[in-house]
Amino acid sequence: MAVGIGAEQVTGGQPAPGIAPPGTQRRRQRPLRLPRSPKIIAGLAILAFFALWSVVGPLVRPYSPDQVFANATSPLAPSGAHWLGTTQAQQDVFSQMLVGGGDMLLVSLIAGVIATALSVVIGVSAGYLGGLTDELLSMLANIFLVMPALPLLVILFGFLGKTGSNDLFLVGLIISVTGWGWGARVLRAQTLSLRNRDYVDSARIIGERRSRIIFAEILPNLTPIVASSFLFTVLYAVGTYTAMAFLGLVNPNWSWGGILYYAAGDNAAVSGYWWWYIPPGLAVALLGTALVLLNFGIDEFINPRLRAAGMARRSGAGRRDRNLRSQQFGLTPVIRTVSGTPLDSPPEPQGIATHGGLA
Amino acid sequence: MRVIARRLFFYLVTAVIAISLDFLIPRLIPGNPVEAILAKMPGQVTPAVIHALDVQFGVNTSASLWTQYVHYWSNVVHGNLGVSVGNGFAPVSTVIRGALPYTLGLIGVATVISFVLGTAIGAIVAWKRGSRLDSLLPVVTFFQAAPYFFLAFLALALFAIKLGWFPSGRAAQIGDFPAFTWTYISDVLDHAVLPGLTIVLASAAGWIVGMRNVMLTTMDEDYVLIAAAKGLAKPRVIWYAARNAILPSVSGFALAIGFIVSGSLLTEIVFSYPGLGSLLVQAVSDDDYALMQGLFLIITFAVLAANLIADFVYVFLDPRTRQEA
Repeated sequence: MAVGIGAEQVTGGQPAPGIAPPGTQRRRQRPLRLPRSPKIIAGLAILAFFALWSVVGPLVRPYSPDQVFANATSPLAPSGAHWLGTTQAQQDVFSQMLVGGGDMLLVSLIAGVIATALSVVIGVSAGYLGGLTDELLSMLANIFLVMPALPLLVILFGFLGKTGSNDLFLVGLIISVTGWGWGARVLRAQTLSLRNRDYVDSARIIGERRSRIIFAEILPNLTPIVASSFLFTVLYAVGTYTAMAFLGLVNPNWSWGGILYYAAGDNAAVSGYWWWYIPPGLAVALLGTALVLLNFGIDEFINPRLRAAGMARRSGAGRRDRNLRSQQFGLTPVIRTVSGTPLDSPPEPQGIATHGGLA
Repeated sequence: MRVIARRLFFYLVTAVIAISLDFLIPRLIPGNPVEAILAKMPGQVTPAVIHALDVQFGVNTSASLWTQYVHYWSNVVHGNLGVSVGNGFAPVSTVIRGALPYTLGLIGVATVISFVLGTAIGAIVAWKRGSRLDSLLPVVTFFQAAPYFFLAFLALALFAIKLGWFPSGRAAQIGDFPAFTWTYISDVLDHAVLPGLTIVLASAAGWIVGMRNVMLTTMDEDYVLIAAAKGLAKPRVIWYAARNAILPSVSGFALAIGFIVSGSLLTEIVFSYPGLGSLLVQAVSDDDYALMQGLFLIITFAVLAANLIADFVYVFLDPRTRQEA
């Protein structure tokens, strides 16, 4: 599964336009060409929206999120004064929504970075070193994958107490400990496949140092997989942080999961207070969708087969000749191959990849 | 069989590590859980109970860590998981035993349905690649990304409250006592449908995407082309491709089941379903550490058992794993 950038380097094919001629100090590799895919564009747009939301939100919130209004006994429906109504305790839902995204995004990013670093270190070492190291590291990764994360996190955060969970870095760290296994597994498999490629062999024969082989030959070719496992860890952390807040385990601080925690406690769904539980749930779902879309984009980049269909349809071939195509019995219509080479290993089990975060 | 033996060994190691974590976490994290518990219920606790709690969490004890560990193991082996302070000091194992059947029934059945349905839909979506079915994918993406418990909110509000098709929570009507009668059983089934549907809806998305992606690759294999060229009926050809495409889904089951169980437990909370998920939230609000620990062990064991079943299915499906090397 040599991916785009790597294949260009290795096969030495026609230099694609945009690549600086050889001889410049560092060959300028074409950026991953991702932004062409509508999935990537949509994903990035939604992510940018939420990033802006979490930065600007706390500044423009109309009220303090825990300010108590009125003395009504039940939540008030949306009105001019309270765009998203009020909670049981007569607090402004819209203000809580505006304030609630930041911490979650920050924790998710922290968890994503730490877990990705862990999975690169462990996955690549396991794949490259092989032998007993591989056996042990793989086992470790699999144990963390198989052990259900939710009850484990409940114990960890339970004993830590609410004060400990105020420390966003600590929360991110704990979430990352339960979330690195999948990335390590996928990276190990890919490293295993790369280390026996000819170009790695030749580097070894030339006498390159091991660190150089890993950092200069192998890691660059793992970029899409590292990116994809980073996105999934972030998705996992978003789901996990929301779930922890929903369980009342981390100090809610009006995170979206925290709003849902209070909404569930007051039976918002049964009582029909839709303005209370739909905005936070929808926000988490949209954020998650953006991350999944980005990942689909990367998947399609790695495996062009997944993309061919959409392209065929967009170019009009699929629509008009649907009869013809259904006679093809699934042969991949090669519309426009990118420099990626075909898969040479069976697809990895999808696991987290397809099942998203904890929530 | 070697494959199964290997897996069995792996699950054994995982179980040992889970039990050790259960032992270590309260002792490694700073703070005194016993004090936290006593602060919540002043005056209700006898010295004997305090001593039992001390022993359980390794507080105020002179015994070495190793002695405590050995003691802990003997307790676990005897099914003694401590007492639940949130349930009138009833043994944790009793509390869990009361809730376990509901969760096993609900999540077990829902997971099987979702796997079968999801892989079937995934195979069809892949087969009809480029057709209108592809527009199913964005919808699936949304369900994949949405938290299970948010979908539960929506399902509850729409189907139970607005349309009134299903009861709005709990496992049976209030005042309906467990008995092996048709009225009771149908009542329980009636209450399980909506939470079950929510779990199926939320988890099927993953199976659909996973199956579709592998199926797209499998469909290009020569044997599929030959099957089609021979003039076999279309369902037959799809079946040949799907049979092989399903293998990664089955082996990926191990990775997915933990997420599905976690999400489903949170779903239970929204439906006030009296299973392990509700115990989990109760344990959190009561600072009931022993119950949390017991739940962690039980849920881990259940997940490992589900994995073992998936392994047996895999060995059954894939003859290559049956070859003795």
